[in-house]
Amino acid sequence: MAIWLFVFLAVISIVSALGVVIQRNPVHCLLALVLTLLALAVMFIALDATVVGFLQIIVYAGAIMVLFLFVIWLLNLQAETGPTGGLALKFFGTIATAALVAELWMFLLRPHLKIKYVGEAAGYGSLSVLAQKLFTDYLVAFEATSILLLAAIVGAVALARRPPTQRESAPGSLS
Amino acid sequence: MTVEIISSIVMSVLMILIGLQLSVFLLYFERKGSALIQDRVGANRAGITGLGKKLGLPNLGIINTLVFDPIKMFTKEDFVPDGADKFLHTLAPFLALFPVMITFVVIPFGDTISIGGHEIQLQAANLNAAVLYLLATIGIGVYGVALAGWSSNNRWSLLGGIRATAQMISYELAMGLALIAVITTYGTLDLQEIVRGQGGVYFGWLPRWGLFTQPLAFIIFMTAGVAESKRVPFDLPESESELILGYFTEYSGGKQAVFMLTDFAEQALVAMLVTTFFLGGWQVPWLYRDGFHLPGGAFIVMPALAVSIAGILAFLIKVLALCVFLGLVRWTLPRFRYDQLMRLGWKVLVPLGLINLLVTAFLVVAAGSAS
Amino acid sequence: MTFIPLTWLLGLSAALFAIGVAGVIVRRNILVMFMSIELMLNAVNLAFIALAHRLGSMDGQVIVFFVMTVAAAEAAVGLGIIISIFRNRETVHADDLTLLRW
Repeated sequence: MAIWLFVFLAVISIVSALGVVIQRNPVHCLLALVLTLLALAVMFIALDATVVGFLQIIVYAGAIMVLFLFVIWLLNLQAETGPTGGLALKFFGTIATAALVAELWMFLLRPHLKIKYVGEAAGYGSLSVLAQKLFTDYLVAFEATSILLLAAIVGAVALARRPPTQRESAPGSLS
Repeated sequence: MTVEIISSIVMSVLMILIGLQLSVFLLYFERKGSALIQDRVGANRAGITGLGKKLGLPNLGIINTLVFDPIKMFTKEDFVPDGADKFLHTLAPFLALFPVMITFVVIPFGDTISIGGHEIQLQAANLNAAVLYLLATIGIGVYGVALAGWSSNNRWSLLGGIRATAQMISYELAMGLALIAVITTYGTLDLQEIVRGQGGVYFGWLPRWGLFTQPLAFIIFMTAGVAESKRVPFDLPESESELILGYFTEYSGGKQAVFMLTDFAEQALVAMLVTTFFLGGWQVPWLYRDGFHLPGGAFIVMPALAVSIAGILAFLIKVLALCVFLGLVRWTLPRFRYDQLMRLGWKVLVPLGLINLLVTAFLVVAAGSAS
Repeated sequence: MTFIPLTWLLGLSAALFAIGVAGVIVRRNILVMFMSIELMLNAVNLAFIALAHRLGSMDGQVIVFFVMTVAAAEAAVGLGIIISIFRNRETVHADDLTLLRW
């Protein structure tokens, strides 16, 4: 992928990631996160992971973030006014984050990570190769994930539904 | 290389313009066609002088609908309601229009044409995972509607926005299941290959369109497509008798024009998608690359350029016919109630889609092992 | 074709991960903390895809597929928990949820 494309996408993703952390209105945070996900999805597609990139848009940006949006509406969250959290927390949090970035970069940006480009097989990143891998090498994980999703659906519905209200309450009571 | 870039740009612009022109046609058909169906006259105050009389029809009202209405829309005051989130209120119309516009470019409108020695595919963007791209853009289209409803600071807009969002993500699932069955049948994610796979005939005379190969998927996709574009009978988010304009109540002027355009453009897009997947795209029945092979044995030779132009014309005719059909459905059926709508999406279309997928997969494997 | 040096991609992934960590530490709104966790998961996905591209192996993409699915399941259940907390405590501010503190 071209250098200018990478720099463009990297700048967008970092700026919107900072927007997620800094913004006061939760809906604005969500939109910034969607923008980060879209930039990352384009980067995935540019790195020849075509199907996974599109799945990121369909599943992550298109469904999970809409779920977040519904919960924000349901809870009627407004923009946060006033000081959010202690100043000491923000100060030390920022320093700790900067230290984390510096440490990770010190480890990752070294020459010992210059892995030679091996060359891609034909059809790399296409749906058929991904499906072959999923259904042969990773079959157990695939089946386990489907059971996990079923459990998550049942669990989420059980957690989020209103408890059944008693209809026959005394006229003067509050329930 | 430069020929490819130039042809790509030209075709992208062409496809977006075709989408816009279809929206304009649908706008006119909405006024006059609905009047015809409902046995009334419709807009007839400002027409091209004498055109109606010459054709023996009442005043066609073309200038009224197509010139004055847009002028009115774009010169109205453009306000943001009090207490609304200004940034999101302004962003929402464009977030709604953008995914629809960028989906027009992957639709193939003809076979390979050779101009001046270069072979050009009549498809603006030849993605080899085009079906996934379609699902992705339809998924992004949810945000414009959701944010329009929420950022208007109006509880009826919010209600319309929530209904629209829930409806769109429910019917996305049914659409995806129908598409998976189609992908399994043709074995490819590329739209041009899917259209090419619809050439040929069954039993010597029946064109091998997706309509005859996958009838259940056709019904599911058509229903889900109409529901995605929030047209009647699924237009509860925008129910004119209940919520004024639903999620775009608080918009006026140019932004409302953008939302209306999105509505019609999405309808045109659904028509184009159904044509591509199920009505054979640009395939003319019994027309192959060298000429007509009619059932019965007759063979009419046609030059290559005429074949390509026949393909493009066939595509446009099919899309127009589907747009008219969707308009007829709109003016005939009553609106679904919200729980009926959700029940149809989840309890009827999704199981049907799954059964269709199972049967299709079984048949594909059986046919593959037989040949 | 030009290659992006692997270190740049991993550096971007590390930066996004660190921003996610900052979000979890600094913000006190549970939903924004949850969004920062999703940001961290995406940073890891980017690292996997970059390495899969460099090594020419599809295993990285399969792992990303599973990470995405697990993130979806976790988001659904986590949001259910947040809704339950809100119903009981009427707040989404993490500093107000001190019942389990000593």
